[in-house]
Amino acid sequence: MSELVLEVRDLVTTFPANGQRVSVVDRVDLRVERGRVLALVGESGCGKSMTALSILRLVPRPGRIEGGSVRLEGRELLALSVPEMRRLRGHDVAMIFQEPMTSLNPVHTVGSQVVEAIRLHERVSVAEARRRTVELFDRARIPDPEARFAAYPHELSGGMKQRVMVAMSLATRPKLLIADEPTTALDVTIQAQILELLRELQQQFGMAVLLITHDLGIVNELADRVAVMYAGQLVEEGGLVEVLRGARHPYTQGLLRAMPALGRRGEPLAEIPGVVPSPEDWPKGCRFASRCPRVLPVCHDVDPEATRLSPSHTTRCHAVAREEAE
Amino acid sequence: MPSHVASNLVVLAILTALVAAGLGVRRSRFWREAARSLARRRPLALGVVALLATIALLDSISWVGGGAGAGASGDVVSLHKPRSVIDRMFPADFQERSYSAPLAVTEFYGGTPLRYPRRHLLGTDILGRDVLHLTLKGTRVAFLIGGLTSAIVIPLALAFGISAGYFGGRWDDFVFFLMSTLASMPSLLLLIALIMALGRGPLQVCAALGVTSWVGFCRVTRGETLKLRELDYVQAARALGVSEARIILRHVLPNLTHLVVITFVLLFSGLVLSEAILSWLGIGIDGSWGQMIDQARDELSRDPIIWWNLGAASVALFTLILAVNLVGDAVRDILDPRTLRERL
Repeated sequence: MSELVLEVRDLVTTFPANGQRVSVVDRVDLRVERGRVLALVGESGCGKSMTALSILRLVPRPGRIEGGSVRLEGRELLALSVPEMRRLRGHDVAMIFQEPMTSLNPVHTVGSQVVEAIRLHERVSVAEARRRTVELFDRARIPDPEARFAAYPHELSGGMKQRVMVAMSLATRPKLLIADEPTTALDVTIQAQILELLRELQQQFGMAVLLITHDLGIVNELADRVAVMYAGQLVEEGGLVEVLRGARHPYTQGLLRAMPALGRRGEPLAEIPGVVPSPEDWPKGCRFASRCPRVLPVCHDVDPEATRLSPSHTTRCHAVAREEAE
Repeated sequence: MPSHVASNLVVLAILTALVAAGLGVRRSRFWREAARSLARRRPLALGVVALLATIALLDSISWVGGGAGAGASGDVVSLHKPRSVIDRMFPADFQERSYSAPLAVTEFYGGTPLRYPRRHLLGTDILGRDVLHLTLKGTRVAFLIGGLTSAIVIPLALAFGISAGYFGGRWDDFVFFLMSTLASMPSLLLLIALIMALGRGPLQVCAALGVTSWVGFCRVTRGETLKLRELDYVQAARALGVSEARIILRHVLPNLTHLVVITFVLLFSGLVLSEAILSWLGIGIDGSWGQMIDQARDELSRDPIIWWNLGAASVALFTLILAVNLVGDAVRDILDPRTLRERL
């Protein structure tokens, strides 16, 4: 087993709603090893991005990290001082955002923004940082990197901008890369190129990657392990094949059925009835109970604990737990 | 330090700043293109503003001694008073005893021969001062009002607006309270009260104008910062470990520059006009066009009418305001993000 880069345990992040604090990230456990990709999957608003921001301790106010532990190579991030945390961001943990269109500052050239990222964390001359930027652009497959250095963001296409973002986030060779829906805003053909680039660079640099997405196709393409999130909680976690082929949680199964496939043309897509409850309406029992096809009386009252299905596969469901017990 | 030396140093500082700004504009492709586009769209207005600005600058450079000495009349002229470049373009004793019409040979009332017959292009005022000379000197006052007040307003509004928008919370509440309070007072009354309290010097009048006119720009800055704070590239900068101070300086402030430029140009003409109104109320800055217009109230009721004093000041004021507004509109069209998209 290779070394553990990120270990999140019992992470709880809350936001105020209706006079009380609701946990939008509720006791989440995540582990990412060096050179591996963990995909965090779920619908919009399920707490994926908030989990990522919690790891970087960038939860926007009035949100607050309530408890748990986030360890990067054994170092507890939640205990670091603010300046220590700032030094760590971008240096040890980098993040790629969803919208390449707006993730670059329109008034500076893209080159100078990457130079800024390098010089923020390393004492190198501008010329040296510039040389490295051009090299990074080259590695990110940006054609004519010397010329692109002086380009403004509006002069680049979306895919090219996302390449710049990838180059920027890799500038200081982080140990962990958090990619928050890195290809959602791009055309399908560009998506494939960016995914290919991410995989290639991830293997070259041996980074751990936390990939946040709602696209199971991308998961299948890139991930080693999959964690499925619903309403702030992890409902199922396991290896790629275990989750995509042998999903046990009713929510994961529903998600997989809802995915369009070429072979099933013409048939209506399966859907999960109902909508995700908003945080202030979360029930005290299982949060999926109101939409679950296999709901049991106990589901409405008791929040299920994780059931271990195999050494690497867990799920949080009363029905599955009962099956396993029998 | 004598005031004319201070004024010379200010001119030096302004010229240095202009050169620095020019170099800055040349370095950035965005600003270079914006400047070029401005020169293409409004060459005439830009030229007029530049000409008037040059006059204002030349009138601010002054030194003691030298020059014309005693004039044709043989009056003793006090040579220990500093005179500016503009002053030196006229004879030292270029003054009659009272009104004379443009290019007249004799005085307007009485018919006494003038010291300088056919030399007063725009005539003279009640004290016999050359109107062209006064009008040229008024340019400096106009630029002083616009420039100095902007120099007070813009940093003030930026500091309050950015900090309130970026940090929010209690500080934002306080700044917003301050802005609402100021905005709820009739600004002319507040202006008059402030000038009464502070005094009538140019600095005091500019400070009073500054206090009453920073609110609008501050509100714009605050709103824009609120928007910028949530933008992805600010979030991305945070995720890269950039400090708050650096985010403000490198990611928020530069994205407000277009607003600063637009506001400066539009504020400028408004301020010069405000001063004209203050002068009309008798609390303006000495030597301004507003004051010349104010004087004309009596002159218009004379028979035959004395029009050149009013005419020269009004035309000068009108020319400056029109040119600045034309430049301002062009600047806004070029820099405003909403119209920016059409250009790209």
